[in-house]
Amino acid sequence: MTIAARVLQRNLLVYRRTWRGSLFGSFMTPLLYLTAMGLGLGSLIATRGGAVLGGYDYLHFLGPGILAASCMQSAVFESTFPIMGKIMWRRNYEAMLATPLEVGHLLIGELLWIAFRVLSISSVFLVILTVFGIPRSPLALLAVPAAILTGLAFSAAVIGFAATQRNDAGFSWMFRFVVNPLFLFSGTFFPITQLPEPVQWVAAATPLYHGVSLVRGTILNDAAILSGWPLHVAYLLAFFGVAAVIAHQLLRRRLVK
Amino acid sequence: MPPSLSEVLVHARRLTKRFGTFTAVDAVDFDVRTGEAFGFLGPNGAGKTSTMKMIACSSPITEGDLTVIGMDPRAQAAQIKAHLGVVPQTDNLDAELTVRENLEMYARYFDIPNEVARHRTDELLEFVQLSERADDQVDPLSGGMKRRLTIARSLINEPDLIILDEPTTGLDPQARHLLWERLYRLKQRGATLIITTHYMDEAEQLCDRLVVMDKAKIVAEGSPRELIERYSTREVLELRFPDGRPGLDGRLEGLAERVEELPDRVLLYTADGEGTLEAIHARDIQIDSALVRRATLEDVFLRLTGRSLVE
Repeated sequence: MTIAARVLQRNLLVYRRTWRGSLFGSFMTPLLYLTAMGLGLGSLIATRGGAVLGGYDYLHFLGPGILAASCMQSAVFESTFPIMGKIMWRRNYEAMLATPLEVGHLLIGELLWIAFRVLSISSVFLVILTVFGIPRSPLALLAVPAAILTGLAFSAAVIGFAATQRNDAGFSWMFRFVVNPLFLFSGTFFPITQLPEPVQWVAAATPLYHGVSLVRGTILNDAAILSGWPLHVAYLLAFFGVAAVIAHQLLRRRLVK
Repeated sequence: MPPSLSEVLVHARRLTKRFGTFTAVDAVDFDVRTGEAFGFLGPNGAGKTSTMKMIACSSPITEGDLTVIGMDPRAQAAQIKAHLGVVPQTDNLDAELTVRENLEMYARYFDIPNEVARHRTDELLEFVQLSERADDQVDPLSGGMKRRLTIARSLINEPDLIILDEPTTGLDPQARHLLWERLYRLKQRGATLIITTHYMDEAEQLCDRLVVMDKAKIVAEGSPRELIERYSTREVLELRFPDGRPGLDGRLEGLAERVEELPDRVLLYTADGEGTLEAIHARDIQIDSALVRRATLEDVFLRLTGRSLVE
């Protein structure tokens, strides 16, 4: 475990030079969404949305959803190009595997790094949501671990996918046909109950739906939204566990020949 | 102490590597002894790199026995890797880190304490003459500098065995000589080196002993001098003819121990090159140019395989 942390340490060493820009970006995203959609678009739907949105105005409904979805996007992105670069462009993994590190250490190290990234992004986000007066209680702090769990579930799956790819064309396909639909239809912008029932089942099967539910429930301290929390947590843990085991196999197949 | 002090550092018997139905390394036997520079010479695709990767524990063994520093790569890969230094064929330095960070971070992968890592980094940058570039990024370095940095990186854990896969491929002559000089110095300090190369001059410069590989098999083994004595004459007379293809028809019969006809020239293997050239003039054979040279490993390879080393 300590040796896997070296991979995290390496990424932090690089991050030390780039964190300012990346932090600025993680401030900008929530600000843009919250002002444009939460305040702008929200003002149009405030009157009709009340009951469907659980009695919240649109800004309160949207804020936590955007937090969860942004964390998913960052976790997915960190698991695509940077991982492929280390596999085949810059061959960092080849260099690391010549040391006592093994493939499992690389995977654990990268997942620790993703956890750190989601931790910092969700924390910044939570501060911004607080400026907008959205969190209802200190329970909102639990949105951070919920976001980390969501990010890890996606990251493990995408690292596995990246390990099978020979070039980056698959990533744009994945963003277009998997990540963006999830972003739109997992309860981020509207409750999935607004969708036709078969589509609701599909939405409920995706990790983001469970992540959004946990994050929104904790930030709004809403017992109704949180009622299914053990199921959400169990689903995300199981998804993460299975995806991590598969990712390990795929990375090994790719890197050890 | 680990068994690193024993005489044989790498011991391979019937070592085999297959990728699907393709056999990259076909039941090879060899021993590398402590303190020697051991070479794998052969053309691209001969199986050198695959052999190297099995020794470095980065590629699983398909069949056969292999012992590295007294340990079994199938069961003790991490322990073996802790004692190896690896210089891969293509540089894989960390382009997002500086020169110094590359070494210090690599030391951390070996769990070397920070203090020790810093100290060794200073020493190694000095050794490969990169101290002045310590805080530069890696990308702007020249090919030779990157190679030297990769070698420094391979030494960060004070390895018992250093594995270099084509260390000077793609470098200009000056950079190659500087690199050879550093490797020679390592050798003098008592390091054990395994080197793959398709350059005969590199093998002759650096290797105490070598094996010649061709088509997944070892075809000869010995010191460069032994191999040349066994498979070649002392000198070689190279002839070029005005009409390209000479159509020899026995005109060179009896002039040399062996005649090798290449597309662009003819090689005559003989103990006395000048004497043979005189005999050719005496026979009034028309030639374009003649060159007498010492026999090299290239000639050994040509003799063993019928092909030249770099095609």
